[in-house]
Amino acid sequence: MRLDLGAIAKAGTSKANQTGSWRNYKPIFHQVKCIGCGLCKIYCPEGCVTMIEKKKYTVDYTYCKGCGICAEECSSSDIEMIVEEK
Amino acid sequence: MSTTTLTAPKEQSCTLLASGHTACTGCGEALAAKLVLGAAGSDIIVTDATGCLEVFTTRFPQSSWEVPFIHSLFENSAAVASGVEVALKALGRQNEAKVIAQGGDGGTADIGLQALSGMLERGHDILYVCYDNEAYMNTGVQRSGLTPFDCMTTTSPCGELSWGNKHNKKDMPSIAAAHGIPYVATASVAFPKDIENKVKKALSITGPKYMQIHSPCPLGWRSNPQLTIKVAKLAVQTGLYPIFEMENGKVTKVRKVTTPKTPVEEYLKIQGRFAHLFKSPKGKEEIQKIQEIADRNVEKYGLA
Amino acid sequence: MSTTFIEGSIAVAKTVGVCRPHVISAYPITPQTHIVEHLSELVADGEIKAEYVNVESEHSAASVVLGSSATGARTYTATTSQGFLLMIEVLFNIAGMRLPVVMTCVNRAVSAPINIWNDQQDSLTARDSGWIQLYAEDNQEASDMHLQAFKIAENKDIMLPVMVCMDGFVLTHSFDPVELISQEQADKFLPPFKPEYYLTPKNPLTLGTMVGPDGYMETRYFIEKTMHASLQVISDVAADFHNQFGRFQGGLIDTYKVEDATLVLVAMGSIIGTIKDIVDELRAKGQKVGVLKVRSYRPFPKDEIYKALSHVKEIGVVEKAVSLGYGGILVNEIKSVFYGKPKTPKINGFILGLGGRDITADTIHQVIKETVKAASEEKFVGLNEALIGGK
Repeated sequence: MRLDLGAIAKAGTSKANQTGSWRNYKPIFHQVKCIGCGLCKIYCPEGCVTMIEKKKYTVDYTYCKGCGICAEECSSSDIEMIVEEK
Repeated sequence: MSTTTLTAPKEQSCTLLASGHTACTGCGEALAAKLVLGAAGSDIIVTDATGCLEVFTTRFPQSSWEVPFIHSLFENSAAVASGVEVALKALGRQNEAKVIAQGGDGGTADIGLQALSGMLERGHDILYVCYDNEAYMNTGVQRSGLTPFDCMTTTSPCGELSWGNKHNKKDMPSIAAAHGIPYVATASVAFPKDIENKVKKALSITGPKYMQIHSPCPLGWRSNPQLTIKVAKLAVQTGLYPIFEMENGKVTKVRKVTTPKTPVEEYLKIQGRFAHLFKSPKGKEEIQKIQEIADRNVEKYGLA
Repeated sequence: MSTTFIEGSIAVAKTVGVCRPHVISAYPITPQTHIVEHLSELVADGEIKAEYVNVESEHSAASVVLGSSATGARTYTATTSQGFLLMIEVLFNIAGMRLPVVMTCVNRAVSAPINIWNDQQDSLTARDSGWIQLYAEDNQEASDMHLQAFKIAENKDIMLPVMVCMDGFVLTHSFDPVELISQEQADKFLPPFKPEYYLTPKNPLTLGTMVGPDGYMETRYFIEKTMHASLQVISDVAADFHNQFGRFQGGLIDTYKVEDATLVLVAMGSIIGTIKDIVDELRAKGQKVGVLKVRSYRPFPKDEIYKALSHVKEIGVVEKAVSLGYGGILVNEIKSVFYGKPKTPKINGFILGLGGRDITADTIHQVIKETVKAASEEKFVGLNEALIGGK
């Protein structure tokens, strides 16, 4: 990063910003009924859902803001939103 | 039912729009940008107009962009991209990267329209992507040229004498197509595979390309963040947001609406920006006008 | 070295051409047109290998060169007056992003009323933009200054854009003998542009970030500091140029018969030539007068000006622009040079030549007479009494 030369930033450095702290609701990936459609990953605006193996996805709570899109769009209702305990 | 979630593997973020950006929860634009980059791959240079996307991804010293990125001003994303594209040519580096210009609906269809027109007319090999969330969201939900009819924004409020935005949404894809460019497409965050295909197709074509992606904004649309995809889907299914491709000025492909058709109420009623239409009997007439807009779209693009 | 009898605009275009710009983008506006027309011809004839981008506005012209410069290309644009004003938003942006773009500002009055003739209101309006501003006295200097401008801008310790200001019509459309710079000479003087950072997938950087209250002020500080550092670079580049070409038109300033003068006029641009003639005339009559040319207006060379004028009793500052509601612009900066110094000369300011109003020998004589009088508020010189009700 070069503030002195026009405020240039390095690629991908926002990963230092743990947006998970914003969360009021938390998705729970039950990993039971998952059919592996991958919609949770595709539709995540944070890019923080990953596939561990076929039919097994998980979310990185470091960044998950708890929007609930994954739970809403899950083809097999295998993701549940619960109130975040702080 | 297990409530434990397995921990994420090491190579967490494989997206070119890195996590940690500060978009609102359920942001359609963040999702759209992620999908565009995913389809385009890493050998690109992107420009962006001032707006939400720029603000939530580039707060110094951080950046969410894993690809070379430049933001300059509100109205000049297309002109800056033109400069990037000719520089690559002049320096003999044209095979190094494809150029993608980005902007919101205001930065594209209003203040940036002139620069975009210049870019399209000059034939630059650039894909311009407009993330259309139908108002100036970054400044607090003011009306833009792409705000739909009767939509309530902070500068097109409803009141005794007003049903919200008095004007129809500007037909930006047709304006782009009128420049005689090879490829114009609309898309929606509800259909990621479609975005991927269109971005890939656009980037395979030499010359200027225009793509407009419907990107719900839960804050400005007063919709539940969880429903971002559902809202986007309904806009397409009702015919209010026609999804099509235009090649060399002719519509070549469309996404059909549902049969029987979904009434526009289904789309309107889950958004606070249209809530005023449901509060009085007279609102029904307004909803009817919106239904007619959808019907005209279905007719015009052959969506049925 | 051979001299060519050539129009100022064409001389400038040819010099820009031998600077090997990669990208040129401009929008036509009188009296800048001859420069960009000639450059587009050079490109069309294959005499220079550059991309010439015809844009739909000056805002886009500046934005195109911004994008190109950020991609690692050497870039050039030119404009004037209204076009310049339309560019201003981008000009601040180019400087803030530390992109070494070079542009010609052909100096012209600004509207309303619309007026296509020369004064220097346009470039002075952007004095705080972070661009280095150099003012040319004649077409030889205007031409040479562009080669120097790229070298100053692209210096790795500077990385700021440079604006060469030349008076519209007075210089751009006048034919003068100019020693043109050959490609070989230019290549010897100006190394290829190799920026440290630029847009490339090989090193994906983010340019044009948003900086909050925690860092914005520092970005201004860095530019201000660099502006000060550029004082030396501008001098050095002028000296290098002198060494290679044998021509010297001043570094930060230039002086003419100032050393023993008791009265000195201070000005920028083509008016210097007119004043020099009057200086010679009065010197012949035994009057100790001289003229100081401010060549670098931004950065403003306070120390050099003070050094040159510390012995002078009377200073007349002559300028073709006005800060409406305040008066002269340059005169107040010259006054500030003497703030806190042991001796302060008498300083008078004169606003003249606005919108192309004739500046004759009589105008300069009048200025000198007024300079001798007690210091007063800035005066408009050369007003038509009949038009202002005889006051």
